Amino acid sequence: MPQPTWQSLFTAVMYGFMYFPIIVLAVYSFNGSRYSTNWEGFSLQWYRALFQDRRIFLALMDSLTIASVAVAISAVLGTLMAVGLAKYRFWGKGIYRGVSYLPLIIPDIAIAVATLVFLTSVAIPLSLWTIIAAHMVFCLAYIAVVVSSRLQNLDPNLEEAALDLGATPFQAMMQVLIPQLAPGILAGCLLAFVLSMDDLLISSFTAGGGVNPLPLEIFSRVRTGVKPDINALSVVLITGSALLSGLAEYIRYRSDRRQRQQA
Amino acid sequence: MAQTVYSTTPAPATEGSVDVELRGVVKHFDDEPAVQGLDLRIYQGEFFSILGPSGCGKTTTLRLIAGFETPTEGEVLIQGVNMGRIPAHRRPVNTVFQSYALFDHMTVRDNIAFGLKIKRLPANQVRERVLDALRLVRMEGFADRMPNQLSGGQKQRVALARALVNRPAVMLLDEPLGALDLKLRKQMQVELSTLHRQLGITFILVTHDQEEALSLSDRIAVMNAGRIDQIGTPSDIYDRPTTPFVADFIGDTNLLHGHLEGSDGTVLRVVTPSGLKVLVQQHPEIPPEPHPVVVSVRPEKIRLSADFPTADNCYHGQISHVMYLGTHIHCGVRLSSGETLTVLLANRGQALPDLDTPMYAYWAAEDVRLLSAELPLPVSAGNP
Repeated sequence: MPQPTWQSLFTAVMYGFMYFPIIVLAVYSFNGSRYSTNWEGFSLQWYRALFQDRRIFLALMDSLTIASVAVAISAVLGTLMAVGLAKYRFWGKGIYRGVSYLPLIIPDIAIAVATLVFLTSVAIPLSLWTIIAAHMVFCLAYIAVVVSSRLQNLDPNLEEAALDLGATPFQAMMQVLIPQLAPGILAGCLLAFVLSMDDLLISSFTAGGGVNPLPLEIFSRVRTGVKPDINALSVVLITGSALLSGLAEYIRYRSDRRQRQQA
Repeated sequence: MAQTVYSTTPAPATEGSVDVELRGVVKHFDDEPAVQGLDLRIYQGEFFSILGPSGCGKTTTLRLIAGFETPTEGEVLIQGVNMGRIPAHRRPVNTVFQSYALFDHMTVRDNIAFGLKIKRLPANQVRERVLDALRLVRMEGFADRMPNQLSGGQKQRVALARALVNRPAVMLLDEPLGALDLKLRKQMQVELSTLHRQLGITFILVTHDQEEALSLSDRIAVMNAGRIDQIGTPSDIYDRPTTPFVADFIGDTNLLHGHLEGSDGTVLRVVTPSGLKVLVQQHPEIPPEPHPVVVSVRPEKIRLSADFPTADNCYHGQISHVMYLGTHIHCGVRLSSGETLTVLLANRGQALPDLDTPMYAYWAAEDVRLLSAELPLPVSAGNP
């Protein structure tokens, strides 16, 4: 048995601090009691209640719609943005690049307020589409970042080789560049999807009447105290997010390793 | 100035129709000149090399022919057609890239078939021609592999097959063997040469490896700082360099800067600032009046002797270094006047000279190449 050092002790405390609340939450989601304060034996009743809850289901559907549409549009635009920034030289490229990636560091609250102020000033009514538009702001930036990092490792001659073999610039893009970028695009999409599913702040500012994404629904419920079915929902969400980000990371890792093997 | 060199270029070994012609081609990148005024004719069926150090503009020249770059000035013609408005994907050329640029999401077969499928050839023809191409580069067994399952040499062959299968008028090869180890490189050089003979199409090879250029090419253009210094056959380039740069870049040489003092009957007399007198065979093209010149003596032309020899050029010095190279012995001789000459002796089993041994270094007047310090001399001027 290795001697515990102060570093390993510190690490254990740190991880405990980060993950202990989640573990508690997961444990209590299987609690038979209505109240989180005492343990009354293992039960799946909160999960059953969760899957029968129609409001939760509708909220999930809203969230999935928002995330899917925002990610799909951002995938196309983000890929084009990354390719364009890598390929062309034009005046103000540095500024353009900076502005494109700015949403990654701007606080969500600033994006949320700015979007709301903008939408009211041009008198666009809030709806599902305004949330999608607001989510695209950060989805686009995340996808572009991941795609451009993949693009940087790509042989710059690939597209030229396709042109050289007679492909038009469009064919070269569709048949060579996009398939080569696919792992990056996919990883970026999964990451953006998770972030969009997770977003409370921007959605709460830009949601129209009748639109109720999952994080908003959860937030409105916990205001009156945490019920065990929310514990169960959180466990489901954490598991789903972890699986998706794990998948994204795995795709990125595998394609990077393959690229390195070739080099 | 440099143009005078090519106008006197002797007719190439493969006289015929012109496949690729560059007329006054200039290329700037953000006002930084990469290529400065190229005039060049490459004939049908020729193996033509563009040779130069990195950054001399040789790859840019190839990319201008392929259509990946547009010239700032001048024009590129392929088979007599001006390529000014013709984009890369409609030019009758195919390129082999140094990085191979294989599509690693496709099998070897699909990589090679790519160009044919784009041209919408019937499937049975595609299949046949891909098989032919695989056979040509001896990769029949690898059709269903993915590129990342291949070694460097195998990827190189697939890249060659992918270009050849389209039956281009001109093959462009950008340092195709640069990433291979020495032994494989030698082997691929032989294969490239065989392929060129079999197919009879024009090959344009860009390389910084002078040995590769000398051994493969019908003609070589030596590039230096965006210009062509000399175009000629490998023996023109090696034996009759026209500029100090070419003499120095192709093989080893001893360059002595000096001043042409005058003529002693059949020989010219050159004196270096250190007082060294060098006799050079006279030639009608070299004006005998005094002007600054550079004398080039190849290390293998210099001989060593302990006794005073009878020779046009004979200098006393001491051995300053000895390197045993197997087939040859590489020596340095520090002359009494201060210069150090590099000497290459064939290894005939003689004893290695000791350091600091006094020696005479000598060579004949006709073994010296006289180069003008400023202007390149016409190719025809020189030693027989």
